[in-house]
This record gives sequence, C-alpha cells and structure tokens, in this order.
Amino acid sequence: MDALLKEYFPILVFIGIAGGLSIVMILASLVAGPQKPDPEKLSAYECGFDPFVDSRGRFDVRFYLVSILFIIFDLEVAFLFPWAVSLGDIGVFGFWSMMIFLGVLTVGFVYEWKKGALEWE
Amino acid sequence: MNLEVLVFYLFASITVAAAVMVISARNPVHSVLFLILAFFNAAGLFLLCGAEFLAMILVIVYVGAVAVLFLFVVMMLDINFAELRQGFLQYLPIGGLIGVILLVELALVLGSWTILPSAGGVAAAQTPAIGDITNTDALGRILYTHYLLPFQLAGMILLVAMVGAIVLTLRARPGVRRQSISAQNARTKELAAELKKVSSGQGV
Repeated sequence: MDALLKEYFPILVFIGIAGGLSIVMILASLVAGPQKPDPEKLSAYECGFDPFVDSRGRFDVRFYLVSILFIIFDLEVAFLFPWAVSLGDIGVFGFWSMMIFLGVLTVGFVYEWKKGALEWE
Repeated sequence: MNLEVLVFYLFASITVAAAVMVISARNPVHSVLFLILAFFNAAGLFLLCGAEFLAMILVIVYVGAVAVLFLFVVMMLDINFAELRQGFLQYLPIGGLIGVILLVELALVLGSWTILPSAGGVAAAQTPAIGDITNTDALGRILYTHYLLPFQLAGMILLVAMVGAIVLTLRARPGVRRQSISAQNARTKELAAELKKVSSGQGV
C-alpha cells in the first residue's frame, strides 16, 4: 500500500502547489492591488444599456444527445482497459465475452448512424 | 498521525463540504462545479484505498463526461430556480425518504462486513496485495468471466440508454439542405452544364 501511495506523492505535491499558488495569487491581488470599488465597475455593460434578457440562454437538446452518446462510448472504452490488460489470463471465454458486449453496442452504433443522430445538419 | 491519515481527512472533509455545497448553492451551475470538486476528492479517496483503476475511471467518466452532461442539462432547463426553491419543504418528505433508504442500504452493506466477517467471502476475489498484481489486472480477471452476466447486462443498459436518448431527443428538421457527396460526385459534365451556341448580335 505504501509503495503505491509513494508513486502518487508527486501528484499530491503538485495539487498542493497548484492550490497554494492560486490562493496566493488571489490574496496578493486583494492585498497589493489598489482597491477603489465603484458600482459602475460592477454594472452590466452591454452597449451602454441594461441587458434585456437573462444571460443564461437555453441550450438545444441536441447537445444533450451528443453528450449522452459520448458517455456511452466512453464507458465502452473504460471496460476495454482491464480486458486488454488481463486478456492473457481470461482466455477465449473472456475474449468472446467482450466481443458480445462490443456487438451489443455496435448494434446501437449502427442504429444511431442510420438514424442520423451523428449528423449536425 | 502519518501523512496517509492526514490526506484521507483532507479529501474526506473537502468531499463532504463540496457535497453540501452541491445542494445548497443558489446557482445550479455552481452546484455542478462543486459536484466536480466532490468527484475529484472521491477519486483521491479511491486512490488511498488502493483502487487506482476506479480513481482514474471516476475522473475520466464522471468528471469528463457525466459532469458535462449535467452542465448541458442545467443549461437546457428553462426553469426559474428561485421559484423551484420555494417547493423545498414540499419535496422534503420524499427526498428525505430516499436519503434514509440509501443510508440504510449503505449501513447494511458495511454493517454486514463487521457483524459477519465471512460475508466478504461471497466476493469472487479479495482485494489483491499491491505489488502482487495491478488493480486493473485484478479487475479484468474476474469482471469478464466470473461476473459475465452483470457485465453483459451493463452492455444492454448502455444500448437501451443509447436508443432511448435517440428516440426521445432526435427529431428531423424540415427544410434543412444537407450536403450529399455521392449526389455531387454523380453529376456529370452533361448534367451540370449546357452549351448554347449564340450567334453574334442576337443575344441569348
């Protein structure tokens, strides 16, 4: 356990440096920078007048479709990693187990392609 | 107190604090960002348990894909969130019930290990010693053979999710002129251009 964690220690150091540096930068700008607060500095600037609508516009539902298709194939690849590493031990049975899994998802992929879900007009 | 314990408490406390912020932040986009922070710290906790593969998958799948999906969903919903918050007390019983059920399930899983230590033997393989075999290898050795049925079920669930998302959200837009490369390439010179002999001084 300790040997494993020792390998990850540099990452912990990096996280510490990154967090510490960002805190230092924010604090330094608070302390060292000139502070002249003015309500006009915070007011909306949109060609001189207040914005008419909320800046949070609605996204098209197609982004959601692309995102969920991405997740599905992301998970498929995630399943491939341990399979590729241990293929020598699990033999033919493990190989065909993954082939069936990939086949099922390929059915979905063909359906998606034929339906035109991958096209963005 | 050694470094490992210190790091565990650091990650655990940030996870809990971020999780509290997820449900209490006013802006739903901030909620998603705090959720990402919670995912990262949970990945750190997995690493401390020696589950390297799960930690990396948590970062790749949950931070890289699921959090982006949540952001899209938040941006897609056109809801007045201040109005939504007023129904908080109304949804408290059902939300609380779900929370209690999850808590009881977690307590059952963890409690059974402490009450009956042999319950851990139900699993196909114990966590292997680090250095013996890598975490990813150990997972791969049982996931595709011993746990064949759950693995194939996961594939079917992914298929259903894919088909369901396409059926629910895909709609053909009329009046869109798509590029058809095969139709473009099938055009010949005779189909595309016409030569007209114009005698001089006549016009077309």
